[in-house]
Amino acid sequence: MFTEFLFRLRQRGLSVSLTEWLALLEALSQGHERANLNVFYHLARALLVKKETLYDLYDQVFAEHFRGVEGHFDVDEELLKWLSDPVLPRELSEEEKAALQALDLDELRRKLEERLAEQKERHDGGSRFIGTGGTSPFGHGGTHPTGIRIGGPGGGRSAVQVAEDRRFRNLRSDRILDTRQIGLALRRLRRLGKDQRQEELDLEATIDRSARDAGEISLVFGPPRKNRIKLLLLVDVGGSMDPHADLCERLFSAAHAANHFQSFESRFFHNCPYEYLFTDIYKGHGEPTGELLARLDSSWSILFVGDAWMSPYELTHPGGAINLYHYNRIPGLEWLQRFRQRCPRSVWLNPEEQRIWRAPSVRLIREVFPMYELTLDGLEEAIDVLAGRRANQPQPAGDLGVH
Amino acid sequence: MSILQFTGSATYLASPELRDAVNVAIALEKPLLIKGEPGTGKTVLAEAIAENLGLELLIWNIKSTTKARDGLYVYDTVQRLNDARFGDRDISDIGNYIKFGPLGQAFRNGQKLVLLIDEVDKADMEFPNDLLHELDRMSFSVDETGEEVTAIQRPIVIITSNNEKELPDAFLRRCVFHYIAFPDQELMTDIVKVHHPDLTDELLRHVLVAFYWLREQSEIRKRPSTSELIDWIAALRQAGVAGESIEEKLPFLGVLLKREQDIDAVVSTPNRGRRRHIH
Repeated sequence: MFTEFLFRLRQRGLSVSLTEWLALLEALSQGHERANLNVFYHLARALLVKKETLYDLYDQVFAEHFRGVEGHFDVDEELLKWLSDPVLPRELSEEEKAALQALDLDELRRKLEERLAEQKERHDGGSRFIGTGGTSPFGHGGTHPTGIRIGGPGGGRSAVQVAEDRRFRNLRSDRILDTRQIGLALRRLRRLGKDQRQEELDLEATIDRSARDAGEISLVFGPPRKNRIKLLLLVDVGGSMDPHADLCERLFSAAHAANHFQSFESRFFHNCPYEYLFTDIYKGHGEPTGELLARLDSSWSILFVGDAWMSPYELTHPGGAINLYHYNRIPGLEWLQRFRQRCPRSVWLNPEEQRIWRAPSVRLIREVFPMYELTLDGLEEAIDVLAGRRANQPQPAGDLGVH
Repeated sequence: MSILQFTGSATYLASPELRDAVNVAIALEKPLLIKGEPGTGKTVLAEAIAENLGLELLIWNIKSTTKARDGLYVYDTVQRLNDARFGDRDISDIGNYIKFGPLGQAFRNGQKLVLLIDEVDKADMEFPNDLLHELDRMSFSVDETGEEVTAIQRPIVIITSNNEKELPDAFLRRCVFHYIAFPDQELMTDIVKVHHPDLTDELLRHVLVAFYWLREQSEIRKRPSTSELIDWIAALRQAGVAGESIEEKLPFLGVLLKREQDIDAVVSTPNRGRRRHIH
């Protein structure tokens, strides 16, 4: 039951390390779970799950694993069983080996047996074996020994019920984003300049050299540590993007608020960038795309945001632009390619779910830029591409790319 | 088994699972990492633990420029250099110029104490990794003097993070982690009663309805937190606003919402035709 829980957690993508697993065993053998599945639920979470974005996954695995066995699951007994015949992963890292050495499993078992014997005596001494008094190892009625309610309102909810509530669903990292999360993700977009400029006073080195020079003050300069990222945000607005307006607005305001970029600019377009990019699309203010391109160089990163959903000829044909009053001489796709050539660090974020990226126009754009979903995970992947931590690879031409 | 048991304090209501997390961290002698929305009482937790257990509290506030070594000790070379020039103090003993940081002080203190490392995510990405060794072994050496500083009593280490940066996995593995969820209405009722013991149930009910409604509005970027709710109630009571109108008119909105855009968004909520169409 026990080892299966660990394996199931791992299987479902919660990378529980042996170090953490042993910490849980140690806590259990000390009796921290108070023989109560509710407490065990929280205890295991505190020791095995280290990000709130993974709480929801933990809840699911927990509910799946312990559903139906709540009443007759004895943590102590399971632990004792495991300790008599410990199953451990075969490959251990150095850190894990050290943790295993530090924790003597036999010792652990001895202590647990001792404690269990003690506990049994207490039971013999009068309290009911299965009951609500709180001293029984089987009590799960929602109150723990000190009489404090656990779980949601009304009390009396079991750990599995609490887990099934999936209260942390909103914290999942693959759900829609809020401004702050976007801001945090954007912060990961940094490249610290270790360039040739020697601009900042290196105090330690100055003092060191001054001391060596018998107190004659000599100043030492070093390279500055400043973020050198320049970011251009190009956002599709209007039409099929309307349902995503709120989300784009959030990305936009987060990027604006992020003050750690060396330079930040943003422009709007409709469906696809052509000769003109807008600072205010409703008023028609903007500048020629050519002028913007001329100011860019490979030190810039570009984030395109759009659903890439349009008729293919809007990309492939001169005059394909959706705006009837505008005749574009150069097809949209070529503009996109120019951006890509100018700034290879460029990615496309799509607010639609990847499973519906079927339109031919999506495929055409994916052949120019790597495309990611506009979710926290997708944004992080996109930013890893921009930061050079992930391969900057558009989809090969001809690949239909339906996953 | 440790005899130190954290039970919460008169002014700090800890949920049972938070108390369990604190106690298991104390027993396993691992740092406790606390995350949660602003205003859920991450920093106050350390104070409550110290108060509850009758221990001294040491606070290490992390800033973007903080380095791991600052927490151990600082060798005041400038002072020594200065003294060397003017010769008014004994400069031959480097030990005179070693100033211990919060971690160093906690290790050297004979008493067990609570060490709060506040907002660990503010520092450089490498910061938590640089502390791994010291937090594991609870010892470090002072290079300049060769002195080995080992914790006489392992301090209870509480670390808070606002999620501004991802913390390294190696660091996370060594911590006990607890995410303080935003209090539900019931817990919030208890919390409010700690601060406003004589508040009528009637007023409280209206206040909470309005407050949780506000938190649900997706247009609001900075959602109001517990501390803002407490202030809001104080303002409402000062002005003697009656129950019903609180939900309708949301008086003193500025106490709850700090961004002008958020206030605008709420004020114009019922019929906000924000989506403009082009083409």
